[in-house]
Amino acid sequence: MLPKRSQRRKLGERFIRFLLFLCGSLSIFTTLGIVAVLIFETIAFFREVSLLSFFTDTQWTPLFKDKHFGILPLLSGTFLTTMIAVLVAMPIGLFSAIYLSEYASEKVRSVIKPLLEILVGIPTVVYGYFALLFVTPLLQKIIPSMAGFNALSPGIVMGIMIIPMISSLSEDAMYAVPQRLREAAYAMGSSSLQVAWRIVVPAAASGISASFLLAVSRAIGETMIVAIAAGQQPRLTINPFVPIETMTTYIVQISLGDTPHGTLEYKTIFAVGMMLFVITMGLNLINRWLREWFREKYE
Amino acid sequence: MNRIAQQVFRDALKNIRNAALAGLFFAALFGGMETAAWGAELIKIDGSSTVYPITEAVAEEFQKKSPKIHVTIGVSGTGGGFKKFCTGKIDISNASRPIKPSETDLCKENRIKYVELPVAYDGLVVVVNPKNTWATHMTVKELKKLWEPQAQHKIKKWSHIRTGWPDKEIHLFGPGVDSGTYDYFTESIVGEEHASRGDFTASEDDNILVQGISTDPLALGFFGMAYFEYNKDKLKLVGIDDEKVENGNGPVLATYETVVGGTYQPLARPLFIYVSTKAMVRPEIREFMKFYLDVGRRLVKEVGYVALPDRVYDLALQRFDKQVIGSVFGGKGSKVGMTLESLLAAEAP
Repeated sequence: MLPKRSQRRKLGERFIRFLLFLCGSLSIFTTLGIVAVLIFETIAFFREVSLLSFFTDTQWTPLFKDKHFGILPLLSGTFLTTMIAVLVAMPIGLFSAIYLSEYASEKVRSVIKPLLEILVGIPTVVYGYFALLFVTPLLQKIIPSMAGFNALSPGIVMGIMIIPMISSLSEDAMYAVPQRLREAAYAMGSSSLQVAWRIVVPAAASGISASFLLAVSRAIGETMIVAIAAGQQPRLTINPFVPIETMTTYIVQISLGDTPHGTLEYKTIFAVGMMLFVITMGLNLINRWLREWFREKYE
Repeated sequence: MNRIAQQVFRDALKNIRNAALAGLFFAALFGGMETAAWGAELIKIDGSSTVYPITEAVAEEFQKKSPKIHVTIGVSGTGGGFKKFCTGKIDISNASRPIKPSETDLCKENRIKYVELPVAYDGLVVVVNPKNTWATHMTVKELKKLWEPQAQHKIKKWSHIRTGWPDKEIHLFGPGVDSGTYDYFTESIVGEEHASRGDFTASEDDNILVQGISTDPLALGFFGMAYFEYNKDKLKLVGIDDEKVENGNGPVLATYETVVGGTYQPLARPLFIYVSTKAMVRPEIREFMKFYLDVGRRLVKEVGYVALPDRVYDLALQRFDKQVIGSVFGGKGSKVGMTLESLLAAEAP
């Protein structure tokens, strides 16, 4: 006897449901797997290197004769390029969001917003060579003593790359601010600038801060641009004119060479990866918390 | 059985059959390719990335002449190449240094005998930015002071190397620790293979080094001569003074004459290929090797290395014909500062 039609349908329903669950859980399991590998290898790393020297040693030279495992030079490299990117992207991103949301006509907005978002679609390797072969020589005309590999040029280019993240998300947040608030402010005699700056921006603060933090995480994790244009020399400095190395570049560098599996040198990339993971994870948590904190409820 | 179920069943069968057919097809295809590759003679080469461009150029020309013979060339580094060579996995090994004792032992264990043939010279150059007006030459001692492990985090300014040089930061560039060039530089300058400071831009990609040095007035770096030849206009050569009178007084610049003449020391080295005697029995290998030592002379220059003097190639051919087994260096690794001609001539009758 074959099952009845309705029973078969139930079976099919169940099967589809299972399939969908599998798809959904795939990414979760992948994440869990990555975290597990990271933790496992990082623990193995810290069996050989003390946490104290990892965080206080000012040199990072795991591949060489005089081995040092101080993460600070890599951290400072990442910090430096990220800071420069954020300094470029925050004002430009925020101001273009204000323009798009408060000043631009609907027509202009519908053209400019997608155009800005194209910036996200450019492959990062293109940005990398743009920094190395165009921005750096340009900057060297102004600052002749600047090295060919430096933090400034990839930082600026990375800033350009994350502008649309900030502008687009902030603009969404501002656009969602109820029209009533603006009208009330205008009725009180405010200028457009006052409305934008004192009403809309504070009201959209949670969305704006979320976009900032997202952009910062993106800049911290960015690999290709800094690997191409920032150099490969771990250096504890805040001088943006000399070659540095970021955490991501270091991981690329080791992955490209033929460092044998299972050695301490090999484990360093997991320790650095863990560091990256902790930082971006922390930023995401702060982001959530900020959103709760700043949320303005209307109605 | 209702109709839908039948249809599903039939489709499933069809799919299985198609998959099986496709599998058979690919198996036949790859099987065929395999036999084709065996049918034509196959020469297997692996080893140094420094020697690779030469062997690659030779193989390309060779295959134009004898299209039936296939040559495959891997790049697993000199050490990696010898590991495969001494376990009988390849016929020819590219090497940027003579064979080492540990490797001769491995060969002995597996009863692999070989003939060593020099094919070209490689010079390492020390270069700075063209805007650098002060560093025209350096002594080996100064280079050692700059690159040894103890220099790490201490020798950070030009003035630390020589008094009178600018009190400005020095930015160092060099090949990565996996390259034979790094091994050779550390051995000949620092005195210990694989020992150097770690705070420099280390890249396996020589183009990155050229890019870094050519755009940074405070940079200094080293790499193979070939890359300097291609980028002469963007870089400035530093003369090397080994402070030994027998290699010429004062600093020496890397040129064809100084490399071959043995006065550009200690940064010039011979490159080799090693052929196993087992492989030498095969006519296609003999043909390839003769081609290498003949036409190769021209190609060496084309790919940017320094060709050996004709006399040395002739001595190498003699060595090959007579199947002189072993290394002129006695299996003890490089001898820094010996000319090939003198070594080969010494063993020739």
